[in-house]
Amino acid sequence: MLKLVTKNIGVENSHTLAVAREHGAYSRTAKALAMSPDDLVQEVIQSNLRGLGGAGFPAGRKWSFLPKDSPKPRYLVVNGDEGEPGTCKDKYIMIHDPHLLLEGIIIACWAIRSHKAFIYIRGEYDLPITRMEAAIAEAKAAGILGEKVMGHDFALDVVVHRGAGAYICGEETALLESLEGKRGWPRLKPPFPAVEGYMRCPTIVNNVETLSYVPFVVEMGGPAFAALGCERNGGLRMHTVSGRVNRPGVYELPVGTSLREIIYTHAGGIVGGRALKAVIPGGSSSPVLTADEIDVPMDFDSLAKIGSMAGSAGIIVFDETVSMVEALQVLIRFYAHESCGQCTPCREGTAWLEKIVTRILDQGGQPGDADNMLRIARNIMGNTICPLGDAAALPVISFVTKFRSEFEVWINKGRPVASIPLRPTHIGEPAMAS
Amino acid sequence: MIVNSQSATSPQVIDCGAVDHTGPVSWSATARQEVETIIARYPDRRSATLPVLWLAVREFGWISHQVELITAEVLMRPLDEIHEVVTFYTMFPRRPLGRHQIEICRNISCWLAGAVNLRDYLKQRLGIGPGETTADGKFTLSEVECLAYCECAPALRFDDRYVGNLTRESIDRLLAEAE
Repeated sequence: MLKLVTKNIGVENSHTLAVAREHGAYSRTAKALAMSPDDLVQEVIQSNLRGLGGAGFPAGRKWSFLPKDSPKPRYLVVNGDEGEPGTCKDKYIMIHDPHLLLEGIIIACWAIRSHKAFIYIRGEYDLPITRMEAAIAEAKAAGILGEKVMGHDFALDVVVHRGAGAYICGEETALLESLEGKRGWPRLKPPFPAVEGYMRCPTIVNNVETLSYVPFVVEMGGPAFAALGCERNGGLRMHTVSGRVNRPGVYELPVGTSLREIIYTHAGGIVGGRALKAVIPGGSSSPVLTADEIDVPMDFDSLAKIGSMAGSAGIIVFDETVSMVEALQVLIRFYAHESCGQCTPCREGTAWLEKIVTRILDQGGQPGDADNMLRIARNIMGNTICPLGDAAALPVISFVTKFRSEFEVWINKGRPVASIPLRPTHIGEPAMAS
Repeated sequence: MIVNSQSATSPQVIDCGAVDHTGPVSWSATARQEVETIIARYPDRRSATLPVLWLAVREFGWISHQVELITAEVLMRPLDEIHEVVTFYTMFPRRPLGRHQIEICRNISCWLAGAVNLRDYLKQRLGIGPGETTADGKFTLSEVECLAYCECAPALRFDDRYVGNLTRESIDRLLAEAE
């Protein structure tokens, strides 16, 4: 099966420049630098490459939004603040193939005419930070970065910026605030970062995985890359599968591969041969799907059509023994903890929801709790500056709506279902293959 | 940890209940140099705040009021802005920590894999709860939200190392190997 961004994983010392070069790193840079920036943007538009951090916005179109006549410097900011529960793909690229990401950065900077890029990496990612810093140093020493990128009249400086433990900083405007040395409070949009981003200058914020596909778009051409995926969703993407499956892991597959195929074929099916109960398809903020909704292609448009999201493709699998009430408590506790506190509906609403779920689990459920949770969640939706409010509300609405009877049983009778059992679900190393 | 113990002459500053350094602290010559190198990477000084705070954690072990003061000074920012940043992020320690930090993940993938039981096991082995440090100053235990090691759940972060597919046995091994 075709692999692109994961093809060097498993190659010994794949993170070093010498080995990376043997496996194709920087071979596409010269081709890109020979193209005009505008042609490059067109190529990426044709590739149907979408934002793989979760938003799914077409990457090339985002690049084309930069103002043409601004005298200010332009910046590329790489979002490596991977924090969506259930998602852990970007770290594989940064650990095993940092030069691939750097190549993507060089090509993107050429396309958007930027001379400075920042890679914002979550604070907990010690190894990815070390590897990216080492790769930058190697690339500088080899003349790949610096005053003349690979001998071309194009200067580029890349800086790694370490986050410090705040999920909200994965949101692009919060990330920019954090990069500017402030607490990560999201900004109101518009203006969008492409117009006013870092230091109020035109800025493109792209996810690590998105940029890592850019060299392949250049190599094979936009239309050929688009053909690998499905309609309006080009290429491949990395899917993280975790939870109650036999082979949790990161799988690079064509965009649009069905959720059933990913769970049952690639991830080896449900632990212990048990029945599937529910799946979160795109990281913890995407609405949960029931077992009979998994014949869906994992692309942005198809999942949106059935009321969920492809998000970061962080697939979390629940088997029949999982209590959805307990699972929701884990999720809403996370959002209550990570709410930045700027918008009242999110700050108060998430804490309120957490209290209600906890009360239900402590056998203090009251009639009307389920409706109350729906009401609170709907009052958060759309009433906040950034999407964290929606991200907290959507799981609540989908859990309570789709598994309402389970909530009612808890509310009416107290602890009726088994609590989470102890398990190691899998043995040996996780899969990292397709 | 560089602590200038002039507590007899300078007043104790107690900030938000945190135990403070006993007196003023100062950057070492190398650290001061490094601060300037960091600042030079950004178009303005303010953007260097997070990296300079990380440097401060490395130098002083934790961010006390005294450390906030000297950080504000080198960044030429008001003290309240530095305090605001330090308290917003979870990774800047605001009190002294043990020699080893154990952060066990409690989010959905780890929870599905039995992280609750392993957290309880760690509590029992160390005799402390999340947020506490053992009496000998060896371990600080915390419960954290999503380490992004979901494919190897349950997982923890031991100092700067990730450990996945946790079991009671692997926890035993980790604790035994720790200096």
